[in-house]
Amino acid sequence: MKRNLKFLVIIGGFLLFYFLPLESFRFRNPFFEALAMLNIYAREHVIFSLIPAFLIAGAIYQFMDQNTVLKYLGAKTNKVLAYFVASVSGSILTVCSCTILPLFSGIYKKGAGLGPAIAFLYSGPAINALAIILTARILGWQLGLARAIGAILFSVIIGLCMHFIFLSEEKERQANGEFQLGNIENKINQRNGLQNILYFLSMIGFMVFANWAEPQTGDESLWSMIFQYKGYLAIGFVLLFIYILVYWFRKEEMIPWLESSWNFAQQIMPLLFLGIFFSGLLLGRPGEEGLIPSRFIASLVGGNSFEANFFASIVGAFMYFATCTEVPVMQGLIGSGMGQGPALALLLAGPALSLPNMLVIRSVIGTRKTVTYVSLVIIIATISGIVYGSLV
Amino acid sequence: MKIEVLGMGCPKCKKLFQNAQQAVEKSGIQAEVIKVEDLNKITDYGVMMTPALVLDGKVKATGKIPNVQEIVNWIKEKTQ
Repeated sequence: MKRNLKFLVIIGGFLLFYFLPLESFRFRNPFFEALAMLNIYAREHVIFSLIPAFLIAGAIYQFMDQNTVLKYLGAKTNKVLAYFVASVSGSILTVCSCTILPLFSGIYKKGAGLGPAIAFLYSGPAINALAIILTARILGWQLGLARAIGAILFSVIIGLCMHFIFLSEEKERQANGEFQLGNIENKINQRNGLQNILYFLSMIGFMVFANWAEPQTGDESLWSMIFQYKGYLAIGFVLLFIYILVYWFRKEEMIPWLESSWNFAQQIMPLLFLGIFFSGLLLGRPGEEGLIPSRFIASLVGGNSFEANFFASIVGAFMYFATCTEVPVMQGLIGSGMGQGPALALLLAGPALSLPNMLVIRSVIGTRKTVTYVSLVIIIATISGIVYGSLV
Repeated sequence: MKIEVLGMGCPKCKKLFQNAQQAVEKSGIQAEVIKVEDLNKITDYGVMMTPALVLDGKVKATGKIPNVQEIVNWIKEKTQ
């Protein structure tokens, strides 16, 4: 059996390479597109977006006090406050998807209960620093903003829906217990609040102004004035950043910060660039063709119809996206004719859910609650896609 | 002694697992190092931030990777 299989593989490989349609433009061009996508990302996004984004993510991880945030998700917290904290805390508590599920499970079983746990689970993947920065930078600030606001708002709505649908069960089931935080050591931090704010501001400021988009011709507003001087503004923020590092930081805290930034980069970059490559190969740069014909994408998720939005939500819910790879994939899809509405629908349903994480969620809250959650996500993503698509 | 490394298979958890193994070797004390990847078991310990390190049922560190020397110190504290 095994020998037969080997033989078949060799024959298959032979036939594949023998008939490789190398002369065909339709076949050759997607490989060019894949490399062109990598080229664009390397030139435009690595220095001005990715590196600052990793530095910010590392700083959040190293200098923000996660344990203080966790306190507000405990069993004794005021419920209204718990929903609020759960919906926004993803930005401080998580960077990659593998840390979200333990937090979700902990909030459900030992903390504030089902509603806040669901709110956290839903918003977490969409509002961490890397996701927001990359979405806004590559897909445009409107979609970036819509994604962040949508994720926070809908996380509370979905959380509340879950709470009231399963109200009786929740009342019987008393979530209780204590979070274990381990040996807590005070993070070395000798700066006051204002200094910390300036530190984050200097990194964000650089990124915002370095990437300031060119205004439309004839636009004489503040926007184009800023564009004219964006280089000076960006350099100004870099100088502020360097000043802060030299005068306010000790070496012992710089090293762990750079190390955690480096760890995030190591963890996320390989998959991200693989995503960029395949997005280019299958979908092509915006306006160009990849292996999948554009008209095929446009007929499925073009425009802003109910079907397009619904289809995008379903696909998003079941597909797995490695951290931040949703961004180049969306870029490819939008370039191939996906509408703005379905794009938001996919962004709202996509990173929050995938088939593998549905299975883990099911092991924590059971089948009925998981099915309800998945349905709510798909319904809300579809509706918000339609609304957003009709606005822009 | 039982040392458990809690985490669902992220790169940081692997690093912590290696550190724990090295610490056991370095300390010369008999101990087994186990990976715990089951989410429900992780939550049973009350751990929110992974990776986490548990020594004989007691949570020692969460959300960060203690270095080899730190883990050696904890092992020695326990055996005294």
